[in-house]
Amino acid sequence: MKTHTSHAEAAEEFVKDEERTHWHDETLWHVREKRDVAAHKLPEWEQLRTNASLIKDYVLSHLDGLLIDFEKNAQANGVEVLWAKDAKEHNEHVLSILQKHQIKNIVKSKSILTEECGLNHYLEEKGYDVVDTDLGERIIQFVKQVPSHIVLPAIHLKKEEIGEIFHEHIGTDQGASDPKYLTESARLHLREKFVQANAAITGVNFGIAETGGFVVCTNEGNADMGTHLADVHIACMGIEKLIPRAADLGVFLRLLARSATGQSITTYSSHFSRPMDGKKMYIILVDNKRTEQLGREDFRNSLKCIRCGACMNTCPIYRRSGGYSYNSTVPGPIGSILSPGLDLNKHSSLPFASTLCGSCTDVCPVKINIHEQLYKWRQVVAKEGPSDPVKKWAMKLAGATLSKPGLYDFFGSMARKALKLTPDSLVYSSLNAWGKQRDLPEVPSESFKEWYKKNRKSHEQ
Amino acid sequence: MSSKQEILDAIGRNKPSATALPNLLSFPSSEDLVAKYTQSITLNGGTAMEVDSLDDIQVYIQENFLEGLQIVSMIDEIAGNVEISSVTDPHELEAVELAVVSGEVGSAENAAIWVSDKNLPHRVLPFITQHLIIILEKANLVANMHEAYQKIDLRDTGYGVFIAGPSKTADIEQSLVIGAHGARSLTVFLI
Repeated sequence: MKTHTSHAEAAEEFVKDEERTHWHDETLWHVREKRDVAAHKLPEWEQLRTNASLIKDYVLSHLDGLLIDFEKNAQANGVEVLWAKDAKEHNEHVLSILQKHQIKNIVKSKSILTEECGLNHYLEEKGYDVVDTDLGERIIQFVKQVPSHIVLPAIHLKKEEIGEIFHEHIGTDQGASDPKYLTESARLHLREKFVQANAAITGVNFGIAETGGFVVCTNEGNADMGTHLADVHIACMGIEKLIPRAADLGVFLRLLARSATGQSITTYSSHFSRPMDGKKMYIILVDNKRTEQLGREDFRNSLKCIRCGACMNTCPIYRRSGGYSYNSTVPGPIGSILSPGLDLNKHSSLPFASTLCGSCTDVCPVKINIHEQLYKWRQVVAKEGPSDPVKKWAMKLAGATLSKPGLYDFFGSMARKALKLTPDSLVYSSLNAWGKQRDLPEVPSESFKEWYKKNRKSHEQ
Repeated sequence: MSSKQEILDAIGRNKPSATALPNLLSFPSSEDLVAKYTQSITLNGGTAMEVDSLDDIQVYIQENFLEGLQIVSMIDEIAGNVEISSVTDPHELEAVELAVVSGEVGSAENAAIWVSDKNLPHRVLPFITQHLIIILEKANLVANMHEAYQKIDLRDTGYGVFIAGPSKTADIEQSLVIGAHGARSLTVFLI
């Protein structure tokens, strides 16, 4: 039985506001276009994608050895490495570090992994105030929302709404919605937080096995403002974020920002190897079911993801249904192949939130076969997951009909007659999801087969 | 069993059969690197200028920054008014208006310049300052990131950062705003 809100049900809420849906669609498509311009400037773009994909193949097939190297090299750099098999253990590690150093004020830069682990909520329950410092994340933190996009967390909000939020939380002028003014106000507000912080939490874009160091990419500079002022830096990293060699960054940094926003590189690509004198640096390596995904032959390639968000920006479903309709930390096409691996029951509708057009696969910088995996997840859901009894029955009937030509012809001619007589009240009834935003085409009087039989004869004569 | 061992064991059971690590890529270019760099940094919202001597930079600073504001210079020939060696706590840098630092390698394709703790007594300096000047020798320009990584050794570096422009954000309706949390401007002098 279905126990969770499906993508379609959640999307219904979003598409109620047609104007906003249109705006969301256009805004993300604009980002996709910027990505195209950036990619097309590099004649070697496809070579970079292939190389990145092969490097990640190597990483997945040598992950245990690379993690051991990474840990050894990081320890030699004076960094403490902790391992977490799930979200709970990750959060407990963070808490024990905060307790050990008697931390009061925490700043955090963007980390999808900590969202996945529910870290903010966990720490708030323990009485900590965690300040998200990425502008988009700070905006949604004020109104207790989660990111609706992994690169553009507040893309679902209009500037007027952000103006309202800032007016309430940091005292900007009422009615003010100029992005420049709002950003400047956030800069002043967050500088105070940076200066007061004792600990900084960051994500990790790339961990380098051969050096034990890691890279964090931002445009705002918030990860650096946080980590360099605080006494303790905690870097939270999914185990799949490794790359073997420092020089591989040449490939990944060329791909990441171009794919994400169309920039040639993020403003800051910060490489951390050793803590500053007298300060502490921790890396928490998190599994949280990644090793399970590694064991699924059809789906393990999803672990190559570098979290650029290009598949979201291009996806006709994501653009028109918004990030929240996925009800998953990572939304969009990549989220729809990652999340069923985390909880098939909860996320069983996500592989169906796609037209299978394959645009996601085309733009993926590490060549993940996203649309093929979506199709394969559908088969898994049909076998193992919860399913809609109406759909199941309809599919069975369709399967039987399509496999028997005689039956197909019969039902076809019946349907053409019946549909002409079907009252609109039935086509557009609330039971028929298809009719919600669509009109039936005019029903033809004969099938193509019948038409062909007649016309072939007249042509031959 | 420790979590580490559990994770490593699970990987051992589940990982695919071994594939080979591909060779490093290189894309040599015969472009005019100074022209390309200048074009790239303009796209990123920064400015690049060619100068003949450090004196030209000194003049630029005098003409563009008000006297009395804090200037930290990491280059002997350029005058600052904050003695960085006496700063023990990086929080003391909060009021810095301008920092002048040297870059080690610059990538023309995207304007990214490598700045590392070899030349940074406090890692926060290029971020906490309101404005940033980076000085880069033209001889240290390379075409792209592949070449840049050939010139730096991460094992030799506690911290290093590629800086490619001023701090910026587009988190409010995708409107680009320069000056998020880090430096509000970046001026690169190519010498």
